[in-house]
Amino acid sequence: MSEKTLSVNKSLLTPFNIFAGIVLVIGAVITVLRFTKGLAAVTNLSDNNPWGLWIGFDLLCGVSLAAGGFVTSAAVYIFGMKRYHSAVRPAILTGFLGYALVVFALHYDVGRPWRLPYPFIVQQGTTSLLFEVGACVALYLTVLFIEFTPAAMEWLGLKKARNIVVRLTMLLTIFGVVLSTLHQSSLGALYLIAPSKLHPLWYSTYLPVYFFVSSIIAGLSMVLFESTLSHHYFEDKMDETHLKENTGVTLGFGKAASLVLAGYFTIKIIGLAISNNWHYLTTGYGAWFLFELLGFVALPCFLYAVGVRDKNVKLIRWTALLTVLGIVLNRLNISLIAFNWQLPSSERYFPHWMEIMVSVFIVVVGILVFRFIVTKMPILYEHPDYKDTH
Amino acid sequence: MEGGFYTLQDFMTFTKGITYLIMIVSLCAITGFWLFLTDRDTDTQPVEHHKAEHH
Amino acid sequence: MSLTRRRFLGWIGAAGASTVLGRSANASSTVHFKGYADSFAILHDITLCVGCRACEAACNKVNELPPPELPFKDLTVLNQKRRTTAKAFTVVNRFENEKNSKQPVFVKKQCNHCLEPACASACFVKAFKKTPEGAVSYDQSVCVGCRYCMVACPFEIPAYEYDNVFSPRVMKCTMCHPRILKGQLPGCVEACPKEAISFGKRKDILNIARERIMKHPERYLDHIYGETEMGGTSWLYISGTPFKQTGMREDLGITPAPELTSGALGAVPIVVGLWPVLLTGIYAISQRKEKVSAEEQALAVAEAVEKTEATAKQKLAGELEKARKDAQKDKDSAIKQAVKKALDEAASVKQEASDV
Repeated sequence: MSEKTLSVNKSLLTPFNIFAGIVLVIGAVITVLRFTKGLAAVTNLSDNNPWGLWIGFDLLCGVSLAAGGFVTSAAVYIFGMKRYHSAVRPAILTGFLGYALVVFALHYDVGRPWRLPYPFIVQQGTTSLLFEVGACVALYLTVLFIEFTPAAMEWLGLKKARNIVVRLTMLLTIFGVVLSTLHQSSLGALYLIAPSKLHPLWYSTYLPVYFFVSSIIAGLSMVLFESTLSHHYFEDKMDETHLKENTGVTLGFGKAASLVLAGYFTIKIIGLAISNNWHYLTTGYGAWFLFELLGFVALPCFLYAVGVRDKNVKLIRWTALLTVLGIVLNRLNISLIAFNWQLPSSERYFPHWMEIMVSVFIVVVGILVFRFIVTKMPILYEHPDYKDTH
Repeated sequence: MEGGFYTLQDFMTFTKGITYLIMIVSLCAITGFWLFLTDRDTDTQPVEHHKAEHH
Repeated sequence: MSLTRRRFLGWIGAAGASTVLGRSANASSTVHFKGYADSFAILHDITLCVGCRACEAACNKVNELPPPELPFKDLTVLNQKRRTTAKAFTVVNRFENEKNSKQPVFVKKQCNHCLEPACASACFVKAFKKTPEGAVSYDQSVCVGCRYCMVACPFEIPAYEYDNVFSPRVMKCTMCHPRILKGQLPGCVEACPKEAISFGKRKDILNIARERIMKHPERYLDHIYGETEMGGTSWLYISGTPFKQTGMREDLGITPAPELTSGALGAVPIVVGLWPVLLTGIYAISQRKEKVSAEEQALAVAEAVEKTEATAKQKLAGELEKARKDAQKDKDSAIKQAVKKALDEAASVKQEASDV
């Protein structure tokens, strides 16, 4: 750990901090409006469009991009790839914060957020995939929280508690993979009930499989993306192991992502064949579908492969960004763009600026909390008291 | 009606409810079973369970 | 309530009996759920509707909904296509009549009270219920406001009170369930001056509809909308104009909503059952691989060490031998030299002695 930070007198008013401050203030104001004037005052939600940006982006994108936690811990603890060990804690942190923010965002969207526990404690709508999503997300958030606590406990010097939790790692990892498989796929399965509203090119009985496989891709790419940003802004917090393993992580995860993208591409084509919907490809929506499939699935698959073959770390990092954007595009397509495609354009939905602002607010809160934790707790470095005890 | 259910909806509510309970129980059970199975994995020597002949 | 032994045994007995007597069923088996035999339904004869909106007014009154912006007598609202809203459980829309442009077609739109409601399937707090009377009821005391029911409904019926901050509700036609239970007719049925809507047992309503179609084939299309759509609904429609042209979708299919998601739901417990086994297996394999590779590595290191030691020993022995030989050689030559020197000295002394 470098001593640079001690000698530099950092002013709190960095450009990012000023931007974050403004966002926090606006976000707080909109929050008050939401809970005093209702959803009508801050959203463009309507009877035809009951789910908007907060579901399409905050929930669907948020959950898929937080998948790095289960992917990385599975790779290291189940598949035994110890050389990626330094990537586990940042991935778990990103995952934990991601899911926590999803639950936070949900409080804005549902009509009566204080009733969110009702499906568990009052009445169970067991035929609903949303019930399944809710149960799994709640359980998984708990698992992620527990997986995160060793870092906090090391920071607080709670040695005994920390050691107990670390012994649960194997169990928590397996639970994490089971729960992640379930809720990642169930988010896709939510749309199975509305075949008359989702465009045939995106509607498929394979939606749950598509969501699960693409969540693995999202997780791998987010780990790379987050590590790129961390290296840029928090390099002084990284220890030797972290820096040394970094290239290996980049090449390894890039290779895995390339492979999974290839599989994903294949099953998407198979889905087209099974539903015999080729003729839709020549329509406007068809062009958009191909844009997503070729530009954000096939292309990153190829770029990752080239980057791995040439050991081009920079290319892999940029491809990770492209892939992350592709996952966001896919989730927005399914929830907002290809959804309700049958309605006339006058009845289509576009988010209110306040909805967009709330989403930005939530992301900024996430970044600020991430920054706090990463600069104070042993995420990017191993705590000297606990070296080699993972 | 089959098992007292008039609609598929009611039938599925019941069966999925039971299934969820089974899932919770089985997750706990398989955890216990896994611990039972891997309890003595740290032992390096296989234990002899038959009486060895003494010369 | 305390559990007596007798009651417990009774439960076990009942469970056993129902297992033996009842047939197992899942969405993919051949068991077909026919619904409640005596449930009610409403027949909407589109050819009889004149668009007077009396049904809308009655619905508003019976459900104590807020007064509308324009009064119900105002028929200019029919110039726009309307959907149900949080303040209007039912609306009448006007459509072009391809057979007679002077006589437009009017259609009443409201919750169809499906036999297997998509809203009930989607709701994660079981707020919707298909009652034995046929009405799909909504329980606002448990509703969280997630609006998944609105996503699920293929007829785009449920509306939401987005402007209500603390108690927003999903709003839709109730089939006047409380009135039905009292033996009364739904408000709209009672108000219709043209008998374009009739109320009765679903099986009777279907027969009436079939009869009408049979008796007047020039007046009606041979299809009862709602007989099989989405697995069947409690609002049944007969029309002379193609349903597609009256704002009713003909591409919804006959699969009931719960069947659309039963596959995905069915996969969930299988993942829970098998994933831990698979993952533990992979873990065990990766542990074994690691162990074997560690053992192989240790073996290789030991062999290498041994080999190096042996080579070193050999080399040392060889050098030792050489050094010994060299030393011997030196010794021999030194002895030879000394002997030679002694002999030379002795020879010179002898020479000196003989000279004297």
